[in-house]
Amino acid sequence: MAKIEITDLCKDFSVEGIKTVHAVKHATLTVNDGEVVVIIGPSGSGKSTLLRSVNKLEEPTSGSIRIDGIEVTDPKTDLRKIREEVGMVFQSFNLFPHLSVLDNITLAPRKVLKMDKKEADELGLSLLRRVGLEEKAKNRPTQLSGGQQQRVAIARALAMKPKAMLFDEPTSALDPEMIKEVLDVMLDLAKEGMTMLLVTHEMGFARAAADKIIFMDSGEIIETGSPQEIFTNPKNERTKSFLEHIL
Amino acid sequence: MEKEKLEEEIRTETIRKKVVSVDSAVLAAQKPQTITMTDGPLIPKKGEKHVLSSWRVTFIGAIVLLLGLIIFKPEPYRQIFLICIQGAPVTFQVTVFAIIGAVVIGTFTGLGSVSSHRWINMISGVYVELIRGIPLLVQLIFIYYALGRFLHLEGMVAAIIALSICFGAYMGEIVRAGIQAIPKGQTEAATALGMSKTQTFIHVILPQTVKVVLPAIGNEFISMLKDSSLVSQLALADILRKGREYISRTFLSLETMLIVALIYLILTLVLSRLVGLLEERLHKNNG
Repeated sequence: MAKIEITDLCKDFSVEGIKTVHAVKHATLTVNDGEVVVIIGPSGSGKSTLLRSVNKLEEPTSGSIRIDGIEVTDPKTDLRKIREEVGMVFQSFNLFPHLSVLDNITLAPRKVLKMDKKEADELGLSLLRRVGLEEKAKNRPTQLSGGQQQRVAIARALAMKPKAMLFDEPTSALDPEMIKEVLDVMLDLAKEGMTMLLVTHEMGFARAAADKIIFMDSGEIIETGSPQEIFTNPKNERTKSFLEHIL
Repeated sequence: MEKEKLEEEIRTETIRKKVVSVDSAVLAAQKPQTITMTDGPLIPKKGEKHVLSSWRVTFIGAIVLLLGLIIFKPEPYRQIFLICIQGAPVTFQVTVFAIIGAVVIGTFTGLGSVSSHRWINMISGVYVELIRGIPLLVQLIFIYYALGRFLHLEGMVAAIIALSICFGAYMGEIVRAGIQAIPKGQTEAATALGMSKTQTFIHVILPQTVKVVLPAIGNEFISMLKDSSLVSQLALADILRKGREYISRTFLSLETMLIVALIYLILTLVLSRLVGLLEERLHKNNG
């Protein structure tokens, strides 16, 4: 398993070349081996940008990100290797619509890890069993409900045998009745000791599974603490008012 | 002063929201898009009742008129028809080969215009601008003579290459639009799984692009059938050329052009229906 260390990370967007928006300002956080860390905060507070910097879907402006001691921002680092080891689940699932559910899962193991088809199919089916969707292997993603699609997306990420997982608002695009099935899969993962960094609005999940909660606003990390500290006794005014609004 | 600052703050906030948050609802609502370049949609779909029935009316009207003229006024229409239809093989040959050429050129052009390589990007950009800025007929004659003078190519081959180059630019724009129509999340998901740029392109982007682009290529095919009549300017004996030769012998301009127009119309209508059916098939197979 893995340890993620983010130090003094900044991300600026330049908008139409005139204006600079500071999406993330000097963020520092550590996800220890086997820890589940949840980032919460209002929309536009830079949570997703911070998360997406970890596997360099966003190029950070400055600062450092280390995964198991390997510097991600170093241009000499083999990014593909990092990305193999850090799985990611997106808000909008991003399954490949032209492939069957099983092929969605096996594509990366076959092409990146050069696994042969039979082995990959076996792996794919066992992962589908794990997320309770074995009977959907031959279906197209579009024939699945949102919750099922997201479970497939999780299985797809797990197929690369990652050491850590990133979740970018995995349940925000789902109908309320489907959120639980996805959260259950995530809870299982957390119990198995997967290192997880998540952005979510599911406070119930955060309370139950998180080792640490980080509150972000306007690109800054405002407060860090255990679920208990954050939910029952937030120190910062902004954290307090945010939680009052959503709870 | 205070007010300005507040306004600035609000603007920053909205920009930040636009830049940072991924709107999944928009992504989810994104249906496969149709891309049309030259002529707009020519292919009737099953759902569009009025288009289909207007297709039927036009088609039956054209057939009845053509047959009526040939049967009840064989003098001169029968002879005109028999002469003009002799040009059909040339028309078909030029159309089919030129569309194949255009797809090949278009694929490279399309890839070039989404390439991150600056020079490749520039070359395909200039090619597209150049072709779009010059009338088709002018390009055709120019390329035809250029090919003839420097490469000593046969008329038919030169015409096909010329048409391919002209249509390749439009096809390139179709391919580019097709690639760009694939949501960014697809690339991100593949990248996050550790796939290289090339792997992502071959296994994720390209198969989806083909599906988006196919109807547009069908449209281009139909446009090409019509625009192939321009090769009559290049001494190729296509349908139009045959008709004009007949006119120069008999001076029956109106009668001849009526038949020529009807032949093109019927061909185009049949083709558009065929392409439409093919496309429906494809959609059914791919779910």
